[in-house]
Amino acid sequence: MDILANLSLGFGIALSPYTLMLAVVGCFIGTIVGALPGLGPSNGVAIMIPLTFSMGLDATAALVLLTAIYYGAMYGGRISSILLNIPGDEPALMTTLDGYPMAKAGRAGDALVISGFASFVGAFLATIGLMLLAPVLSNVAYQFGPAEYFALYLLAFATLGGISSKNQAKAALASCIGLMIAMIGLDPNSGLPRLTGGNLHLYDGIDFLVAIVGLFAVSEIFFFIESHGKSSAVGVTLDKVRVPWAEIWTTRWTMLRSSLVGFIAGILPGAGASLGSFMTYMMEKSIAGDKGKFGTGVAKGVAAPEAGNNAAAGGALVPMLTLGVPGSGTTAVLLAVLVTLNITPGPTLFTDRPDVVWGLIASLLIANFVLLVMNVPMVKIFVKILTVPPALLLPGVTMVSFVGIYSLTGSYFDLLLVVAFGVLGYLLRKLDIPTVPVIMGILLGHQMEKQLRDAMVLSDGDWTYLFSSGISTGLMIAAFLGFVAPIFLRRILSRPERVAD
Amino acid sequence: MGRLSDRIFGLAVILVALVYIASAMQIQASFLSDPVGSKAFPILIASVAIICAVVMILRPDEEPEWPMAWTVVSIFISIALLVGYAYTLKPLGFLIPTAIVSGALSYQINPKPRFAVAAGLGLSIGLFVLFKYVLDLGLVPFPKGWF
Repeated sequence: MDILANLSLGFGIALSPYTLMLAVVGCFIGTIVGALPGLGPSNGVAIMIPLTFSMGLDATAALVLLTAIYYGAMYGGRISSILLNIPGDEPALMTTLDGYPMAKAGRAGDALVISGFASFVGAFLATIGLMLLAPVLSNVAYQFGPAEYFALYLLAFATLGGISSKNQAKAALASCIGLMIAMIGLDPNSGLPRLTGGNLHLYDGIDFLVAIVGLFAVSEIFFFIESHGKSSAVGVTLDKVRVPWAEIWTTRWTMLRSSLVGFIAGILPGAGASLGSFMTYMMEKSIAGDKGKFGTGVAKGVAAPEAGNNAAAGGALVPMLTLGVPGSGTTAVLLAVLVTLNITPGPTLFTDRPDVVWGLIASLLIANFVLLVMNVPMVKIFVKILTVPPALLLPGVTMVSFVGIYSLTGSYFDLLLVVAFGVLGYLLRKLDIPTVPVIMGILLGHQMEKQLRDAMVLSDGDWTYLFSSGISTGLMIAAFLGFVAPIFLRRILSRPERVAD
Repeated sequence: MGRLSDRIFGLAVILVALVYIASAMQIQASFLSDPVGSKAFPILIASVAIICAVVMILRPDEEPEWPMAWTVVSIFISIALLVGYAYTLKPLGFLIPTAIVSGALSYQINPKPRFAVAAGLGLSIGLFVLFKYVLDLGLVPFPKGWF
């Protein structure tokens, strides 16, 4: 039993008091950030990355802390969705559909407990799935050469817009912006500077951490200035919290189905948690039919998207760890963490650094139990967080982001870039252009170009080499279909609108 | 001619991409050259960006809700504050720029002067204690030579 041996190795690392403490702290911070209205997992991880590195944690410790924050924020996101009708990020949107009506009907406590439980089931099953599937997939990944990797990157970018993307031109443009930024700096093959405009600060290229913090953290402040910290939603108060066992039991099949579908959605490159929560909600809605009364505040309507998006969060770690291709915005941020720690994700990760992989998996399992405890009996503590006024919160988030970057690079130029990316992020989001592909482009640009150039060196410049193997041709076709499909599916798969007050 | 935002942004992308291509053309060829070279990929990407921008100009989405004039002013003030923060953090130390900038940002979000002053002072001191003593980051509190 390889898996058991590996797991015990993992638990050996994860159960050390220090790592355990990091996991608990991470879960706590993550839940807080997730619960803050308007902030989601990618914001949370983005704010914390530079700080984590400045603290000089080793690879496993940093990874444990940041993934605990990631999982915690996925859990915490439901709190502001249910109580305030403000989703922290896109995946949490589906939870508002039934969660907020439930809270308005005076059942906020029930909604929080059911969704917390569903989150646990989804995340737990997905971690098991990750454990079983990742080693298998990493064996397949050994067959990947430059042509296959290039095709895989293409697939990731083509599907980033998502099944429900409204405008594929905008999604593709976002990827191009990211890739164009990635090319700035020294050309890795020739060692000569390019596209720097003669600016010496740009010779090292633009650090993706700077872009992540700017796009995901600093851009938020402009949105809050625009709304002047007022939220349109009316807050709902939370009275007594008890566990509605009978109702949780009625959602058992919903949770299991949603976990499976969410996990699969998470694995698909580029699809991620938004698709997971969207598909599971729609699936359960059609299974329940009109009698299910989805959208009026039913337990299944809360359980499905929460199990789905937490399972997708785990599923998204599969392609990220085995192939180095993230499946969502947050895993893109986590990939940035790995790259900065000098860990190259990919098939060799499982043989070269089993301590990192299995330590991570074990700490995810532990984090799940910690989160269940924090999010069911202790949920009232986090509800208090919702009362922090934005006029205090957002300046704080911005300052933490700046200091994080500053203590990491010590350069005022990087701080200027953070501001520039913050403004860019504001403009892009205003124009409904997704920002995740920009990050992915900056992160994967070098690898994508390198794989293309390596492939051409191998084939002596013959372009047909890119289609020479079954895997690469299949991936190319999937990329094309994945890009074209949303244009036709748009009418069928329309997103449900948010609940109005 | 509605839906101007997408069209203007598309036009800006085309201009930037053209400059980008022009600058990619200037890249010196290395003697260690490979079949693709340093220029091809950047030019390819910028060309795809131009195609996307043309689609955006031809088929723009509905106009987003832009903020009112005075909100735009406060966004520009905040950008200026943040740029100022980037330049002053090193020479002036952590406490003073952080107090001023976070207080001013707080005022931009919610114009209550007393709350903003309290938020500025509180965040500046609180974050300094957190960063310096809990997280052990090397921050300088005051300008050099003050103490």
